[in-house]
Amino acid sequence: MKKLLERRELSLLVAIVLIVSVAIILQPRFASEQNIRSILLWVPLLAVAAMGQTAVIITRGIDVSVGSILGLAGMTTAILLRDYPQLGVGGAAIIGIGLGALLGAINGGMIAFAKVPPIVATLGTLGIYRGLTFIVSGGRQVDDYQLPKDLMNWSLEGPALLAKVPFVNSIPWVVWIALLVMMLSHLGMTYTRYGRDVYALGGNPDAAALRGIPVNFVTFMAYVLCGIGGGFAGVLYASRYGTVNPAGIGNGFELQVIAAVVIGGVSVFGGTGGAPGVALSCLLLGVVNVALSVLAIADTWQMAIYGLVLLVAIIADERFARSARKRAGEAV
Amino acid sequence: MITRIRSRFGPEIVAIVLLILAFGFSAFREPRFLDAEYLFDRSTLYMEAGILALSMTFVIIAGHIDLSVTSILALVGAMCTTLVSKYGMPPAAMILVAPVVGGALGALNGLLVSKEKLPSLVVTLATMALFRGVAQILLGDHSLPMPKELVGIHKMQLPGTYFHVPLVLLTVLAVIAAFVLHRTVWGRWVTALGTNAEAARHAGIPTGKILVQLFTLSGIAAGIGSLLMLSRLGVARFDHARGLELDVITAVVLGGASIFGGRGTIFGTITALGLVGVVQTGMGVAGVKAEVQVAVIGLLLIVSVLFSNITARKRGR
Repeated sequence: MKKLLERRELSLLVAIVLIVSVAIILQPRFASEQNIRSILLWVPLLAVAAMGQTAVIITRGIDVSVGSILGLAGMTTAILLRDYPQLGVGGAAIIGIGLGALLGAINGGMIAFAKVPPIVATLGTLGIYRGLTFIVSGGRQVDDYQLPKDLMNWSLEGPALLAKVPFVNSIPWVVWIALLVMMLSHLGMTYTRYGRDVYALGGNPDAAALRGIPVNFVTFMAYVLCGIGGGFAGVLYASRYGTVNPAGIGNGFELQVIAAVVIGGVSVFGGTGGAPGVALSCLLLGVVNVALSVLAIADTWQMAIYGLVLLVAIIADERFARSARKRAGEAV
Repeated sequence: MITRIRSRFGPEIVAIVLLILAFGFSAFREPRFLDAEYLFDRSTLYMEAGILALSMTFVIIAGHIDLSVTSILALVGAMCTTLVSKYGMPPAAMILVAPVVGGALGALNGLLVSKEKLPSLVVTLATMALFRGVAQILLGDHSLPMPKELVGIHKMQLPGTYFHVPLVLLTVLAVIAAFVLHRTVWGRWVTALGTNAEAARHAGIPTGKILVQLFTLSGIAAGIGSLLMLSRLGVARFDHARGLELDVITAVVLGGASIFGGRGTIFGTITALGLVGVVQTGMGVAGVKAEVQVAVIGLLLIVSVLFSNITARKRGR
């Protein structure tokens, strides 16, 4: 099992190196500081949202509402900061993340306790949360001049402590935040009881229930985590883009998140994969995205490429799993 | 008698009652709802979703799902109009090419699900992006015109009646679908597949073949839907029918098909489609924003599954 995981992370690294070198050869401008910065700024949103989705997919579920959670939480945070600046960026961020947790809990409650299939529950809330985003905003966008400078600075400036260190000083806060989230979720999934329960549930739900794992609670919490990730990503979105439009924010983002998780080695059959692979695949998608624009391949190619890579990843996963099962079968 | 109806059409009754309620309320608020001509005119908007819902009923009864239908619809439209305007394909050929291309794209889904043993949810989520992505590559942000002679099917009526051609087409297809689902061996096989795939395979039912046929059917339906939509809107765009899968799946599930597979009726799907249509038209008349309408449809979807879960549990006890 360990070997299989290592292989996925290795192949992701190879893919990243390959794409970067091809891009640099074709267009030396790719290695410019500005480009590296745009990759670094692109990845955190995706990585933070993907960490929660990772737990969901490991439990054999799916959450297609994460883009709408990002939208509703980001929109609400932006409106709060516009109308009540005294809340402060931290306070508004906590409210945004809390709202994400609540929206995730609604999904999780329906799925874990009322036994609504994940795709139905989250397809429904995909529409509902997007509609609510319109209701809370009245259909109007929040512009960057209406938001406090502190929030924007998350995406512009790094920690003051590192200001003197060359190169590192250009890494903005959002990147550090994303790194912290990835570290925490890796540790959480690997070393806590809850994390191990998630893998046990995804590996074999019946066996997990028989072993006394609180299956409903573990499932419920996976969607709460996904909501927290989505809500946090919504706050980061407001910081990154400044302008928050109710139709634009997070629309279609679920596809990128699910692609990142599955390409990162989390099997759609549940039970395998983890934060390091997903983190690398977020970086890969970021590199691909920036490479496309630097190489002047039209944005119109992006969706097709994501779909194709996602398809290839799930087919490859199943092939790997099948040959692993075969080997195990022969050994027994 | 009543118990017989209830045991046969239990879940469908919800859709019927809701349809009557929604219609009564809308007619009360907006007298135009009592005008048959207005109703038939509005109904043309829902014929594409209706055709997709027919094939989706089969797919869901078989215990699967096809999220990519609306993307197939968009890609078929993009390919057909590109062939006509850039490669000189005769416009009439579209009528044949659209269902064939749609069927081929659907067959790809079906092969991945049956041969690679992948969950249909994930396969069609990926192809949903892939197919719409290819449509976007073909058209970019532009639109291509539908050949003039094929535009305006939604305005054509059967002579001397209010019935528009798409409505007649959907009615005919629905009757055929109901016959196939409820009265043929193939229909029983599809139901058996959704009730217990393993048992169906042991019973000698060619499950792999049926899966490919189901997704091919879904693609063909999307091809026909594409012709109707292009004829109605007059142009092809890559973002056509985006999000329509929510309406389609809602109609099927609200119509009493079990999302876990094994049961469902065409009658229920068509009734629930009428409900979705009445609710959306009613909200549109009342000036409710499109995005909020989507939220209401999403709510309908969740409530219908919650409701059927609760009643199923009660019946189980």
